[in-house]
Amino acid sequence: MNAGIPIQFFLILATLMFFVGVYGFLSRRNLITILMSLELVLNSVNINFMAFNRYLFPHKMEGMFFSLFIIAVVAAEAAVAIAIILNIYRRFTTINVEDVDEMKY
Amino acid sequence: MIANQIMFFLLSAMIIVFSVLTVTSRKILRAAVYLLLVLVSTSGLYFMLNYQFLAAIQLTLYAGGIVVLIIFSILLTSHISQKFEPTGWKKSLLSALASAAGAILAITTILDFKFGASREAAMEVDMHAIGKSLLSLDYDGYILPFEVISILLLAAMIAGIVIAKKGGPADQESQNLKQ
Repeated sequence: MNAGIPIQFFLILATLMFFVGVYGFLSRRNLITILMSLELVLNSVNINFMAFNRYLFPHKMEGMFFSLFIIAVVAAEAAVAIAIILNIYRRFTTINVEDVDEMKY
Repeated sequence: MIANQIMFFLLSAMIIVFSVLTVTSRKILRAAVYLLLVLVSTSGLYFMLNYQFLAAIQLTLYAGGIVVLIIFSILLTSHISQKFEPTGWKKSLLSALASAAGAILAITTILDFKFGASREAAMEVDMHAIGKSLLSLDYDGYILPFEVISILLLAAMIAGIVIAKKGGPADQESQNLKQ
């Protein structure tokens, strides 16, 4: 099934994806692109869980369920984050993090 | 090289290239489309690992739901043709250094560690097994997190409506301040 692909390949792929997401999180200024970098980070963690589950504990399903619940939490997080972003846009007419520097009027 | 190795390298090349494009693209709608391609290639990886259910969830929920939500919010908040000004070199250099240091640390740790291969027979993860353990109360059951996640999704839905709706108390307050 996975002949010729050691677990390290999956882990290195997930690591690279994770830190690309971290780079985007640190260098971007638009709130929506920050949210997209966050999606990359969470997605790479899911790859890790699946690889560990398949390679080290193939007789169990813990990693798969963890990924499933992470995906559900990500969906909830994205919905609330986008609601907050739309609210910020309505108040400040921008979603640039450097222009949104007040918590309260 | 075996066929699945070629497939794996193709998928990982797509994932890495499109991830980098997602965080560096200067047009926001393009960044969202690159994110979609990353998520679709990730679901390909899940198919390679024989987790068909989660690959389908990834396609429908991530690629179908979240990316559409992001594109909607992009269309509501920015002009499509608008280009970001490039990130300052200082900021991007420092971010790149921080993430490269983290990546090197993590990769050396991964390469050093000896992973013991499992000798157990692989379990066939089909819908029947997934449904059974999602609803079972045994040691391998997940009924409590399943219920908690359903409440979380309901709470997130209500929160999204309350935060984003027009004419809430916060909105009136800001209008009073504007007058």
